[in-house]
Amino acid sequence: MGTMLKVEDLQVYYGSIHAIKGVSFEVNEGEIVTLIGANGAGKSTTLNTVGGLLKARSGRIMFEDKDLHGVPANKVVAEGMALCPEGRRVFQHMTVLENLEMGAFTRSNAEAEETLEHVYELFPRLKERYRQVAGTLSGGEQQMLAMGRALMSRPKLMMLDEPSMGLAPILVQQIFDIIVDMNKQGTTILLVEQNAQMALSVANRAYVLETGRITMSGDAKELAASEEVKKAYLGG
Amino acid sequence: MLANLINGISLGSVYAIIALGYTMVYGIAKMLNFAHGDVIMVGGYIAFCSIMYLGWPPALAVIAAMVVCTVLGIVIERLAYKPLRNATSLAVLITAIGVSYFLQNVALLIWSANTKVFPNIFEKLPGIPLGDTTIAPVNVITVLANIVIMIVLTLFTTKTKMGKAMRAVSEDKGAATLMGINVNRTISLTFAIGSGLAAIAGVLLCTAYPTLMPTTGAMPGIKAFTAAVFGGIGSIPGAMLGGILLGVIEIFGKAYISTQLSDAIVFAVLIIVLLVKPTGLLGHKVHEKV
Repeated sequence: MGTMLKVEDLQVYYGSIHAIKGVSFEVNEGEIVTLIGANGAGKSTTLNTVGGLLKARSGRIMFEDKDLHGVPANKVVAEGMALCPEGRRVFQHMTVLENLEMGAFTRSNAEAEETLEHVYELFPRLKERYRQVAGTLSGGEQQMLAMGRALMSRPKLMMLDEPSMGLAPILVQQIFDIIVDMNKQGTTILLVEQNAQMALSVANRAYVLETGRITMSGDAKELAASEEVKKAYLGG
Repeated sequence: MLANLINGISLGSVYAIIALGYTMVYGIAKMLNFAHGDVIMVGGYIAFCSIMYLGWPPALAVIAAMVVCTVLGIVIERLAYKPLRNATSLAVLITAIGVSYFLQNVALLIWSANTKVFPNIFEKLPGIPLGDTTIAPVNVITVLANIVIMIVLTLFTTKTKMGKAMRAVSEDKGAATLMGINVNRTISLTFAIGSGLAAIAGVLLCTAYPTLMPTTGAMPGIKAFTAAVFGGIGSIPGAMLGGILLGVIEIFGKAYISTQLSDAIVFAVLIIVLLVKPTGLLGHKVHEKV
């Protein structure tokens, strides 16, 4: 089980605001790792920086022994890393199928075809609605589409930003079941969640972020049982 | 009546082709490229010089105009607009107006303010008799060109990977980047297509209204922009519909109401449409689900 992603001493600024203050963590192949923390702790910022959408002022991001520093965001996906962004951000005016095709933009049509079958198996709902315009899907379906779209690049590492946001509890359960399924089929997962309880229940390991710093880390079950985490993030 | 309708549709087709450039660039870069009209003028001059000075056949002249305008469009985007990608829209708008004046003045330096008479490149083609009038070949070709361009563009944006990527970029640049789409290259491509179309529009416009001067592109540019807004900016069929309606309204206004007031009538119609339907005839509101 090798290290897939290694982030070292990441420093990110929004103008003069120091958002990420020296975050280090790693994700091993086959794991589900979660970053939890309150609103504004820097979870999404961390993920967007790893995905290349934001530039770090300093620090290192190593993905499978390749330094991602200076790699533009649109090249990151070809390296085998996909980011499923916060708020889903599906292409509202494009159909379900077109959204999925965009997910496979860097791959050949034949490869995409094969992955499409796989994505439809994982999300039968998307297959039923493949001609529907994405903007008319429900929130849960849009989340499925965003995840399916990210899967279309056949990533080794899938980063998910708040997949449960704004969804009914029954859908949250369904989305997390799919995350576990994707992981079992060989995709390593880096999960950012405000729903710490759900995230810790599926993750192998977890990091707790507080105002741009990692304050705790360790085995997900142990963290879920710790008094500090319970009090701060799991409602006592 | 029939002759006016045909002239209107023909003029409207030119507006529609120009409006496509506005609407595609607006859709993808969220900016109004006010220099677009002047690219038409450059296209007209390039075709004029190719035919009159170099003695090239019209078809070759059109291709030359398209090549020059396409490159010009890419260069304008790279030098003037790309550095302002994250600037306020007002700064980009002012830059676009600046580019417009720059092109007009460069044309003034090269070709002087004297009006050039554009040759009738469809001279040898026969007109089509219809009832008691004859449809001029330039009208037939303009309308046909418009239809072909619409079909090709629609197929491009719905069937090809690059075309779909273009739509993806116009909706959400960040998400498109995450898909591996090179946003800058896609924007360049959009400018290239829009400017290439402007060259075609320039040749058609100058053939139908054969006076060419450095300000030739300004008014049709503004009218085509109006057409794009009228039809719903960002929408390709909207540009087509808006352009043709505008052309017909303008010609009918000229024929039946007043020659002097025809432009005022055109803009009055725009204002009324925008009051009733602010997104234009075929524009759609963006609604997002959270």
